[in-house]
Amino acid sequence: MGLKEGLLCLLVKGDAHGYQLKADLESTTGDTWQVNIGQVYTTLQRLERDGLVESTESNGDGRVVYTVTDLGRAGVAAWLAAPVDLAAAGRDEISLKVLMAIVSGTVDPRRVVERQRGATMTLLQDFTTLKSDDSKDDLAWQLYLDRLILSAEAELRWLERVEARLDLMPPFDVTELTESMDTDPVEVSK
Amino acid sequence: MTEPILSMRRLGKTHGSGAQRVDALVNVDLDLMPGELIAVTGRSGSGKTTLLNMAGALDEPTSGEVIVAGENLATMSKNDLARVRRVAVGYVFQQFNLLPSLTAAENISLPLELDGMKPVEARRLAEKALEEVEMAGMADRYPDQLSGGEQQRVAIARGLIGPRSVLLADEPTGALDEATSESILKLLRSRCDAGAAALMVTHEPAYAAWADRVVRLRDGRIEGISERTRTPLTTADIQ
Repeated sequence: MGLKEGLLCLLVKGDAHGYQLKADLESTTGDTWQVNIGQVYTTLQRLERDGLVESTESNGDGRVVYTVTDLGRAGVAAWLAAPVDLAAAGRDEISLKVLMAIVSGTVDPRRVVERQRGATMTLLQDFTTLKSDDSKDDLAWQLYLDRLILSAEAELRWLERVEARLDLMPPFDVTELTESMDTDPVEVSK
Repeated sequence: MTEPILSMRRLGKTHGSGAQRVDALVNVDLDLMPGELIAVTGRSGSGKTTLLNMAGALDEPTSGEVIVAGENLATMSKNDLARVRRVAVGYVFQQFNLLPSLTAAENISLPLELDGMKPVEARRLAEKALEEVEMAGMADRYPDQLSGGEQQRVAIARGLIGPRSVLLADEPTGALDEATSESILKLLRSRCDAGAAALMVTHEPAYAAWADRVVRLRDGRIEGISERTRTPLTTADIQ
């Protein structure tokens, strides 16, 4: 989802000005999506240019209030109705790293799997700590946290499977870079 | 500095010899601190249950030592080992293992009475233990009058009654549905937050994630330990 769809969905609920939209967007996503007010205004201007929203100067205080148009409503309906294409989302950093470890022959892929598993488990532990905090009963936040927990679990299961398959392979013939896996992890920017 | 309540030093266990030799555990070092919940994970045959059995004096190591509440199990007589099993460590299994002819309270007070405590005092501690696992008022029910989750709560109460402060749990949620499992994990977590210590074997990542530390065994060796971040994340950390 982009900011564009998020803003349109909120405007379908009722007219609003930029700051209000920013606050609503953040609270709806359990504060997991922090948006910049500048981005909100730029996006609203683009939506207006495309005929999806209209703006009016509100009475006196100088703030601009946005209203969704019929075209905007149709856009929201079409976006909500279309399933997310997960095939396009499959190229994630972790799978790529594991696959590249296997083809490159510079590190033992089992070490990559082991490192990743440790990091993902720590994340899952931290999510679980958050989940056990009953004080935050915000529905959007709880649903999003469930999603993060299930994703981390799925990743751990996948890594488990990778390891089981690697165990059936003959030992990997690895060379130089193995040394660096025995010391500190090398920071590779995304 | 706080002393570990359970300490394993260079722990090793070998079954068989020669070509039949299997190293079930190799040089395992692990400390369990008061208030800590440790999960032990790994595939079948990785040494999880062997580790738990050594910790609870149910099996003898081939090498290394286990120290429970300051006492070295290796130097203890059979009687002393039996005492440790009664008063220092508690066990929780997948199948609850409550005695069907005893009530919830009797199941819990039995180890204390066997250790010579007066029945009235043991009963008082059993009721307190039931309260701590949110089972007050169920003291006189028999196991077959309790659900699986409730039976496991009784087993946890029994495991942590009176002087017992170390709980050893082998797949404690193995026979329970997902929602009940989660409530049992929540209970274990809160008992540890209140000062108990637990070593739990599980193959479920989601259950292991309730632990302070997750120890991963592979072929009898510790492959890695994942530690909960000390300062919990806030919602703002997740983008």
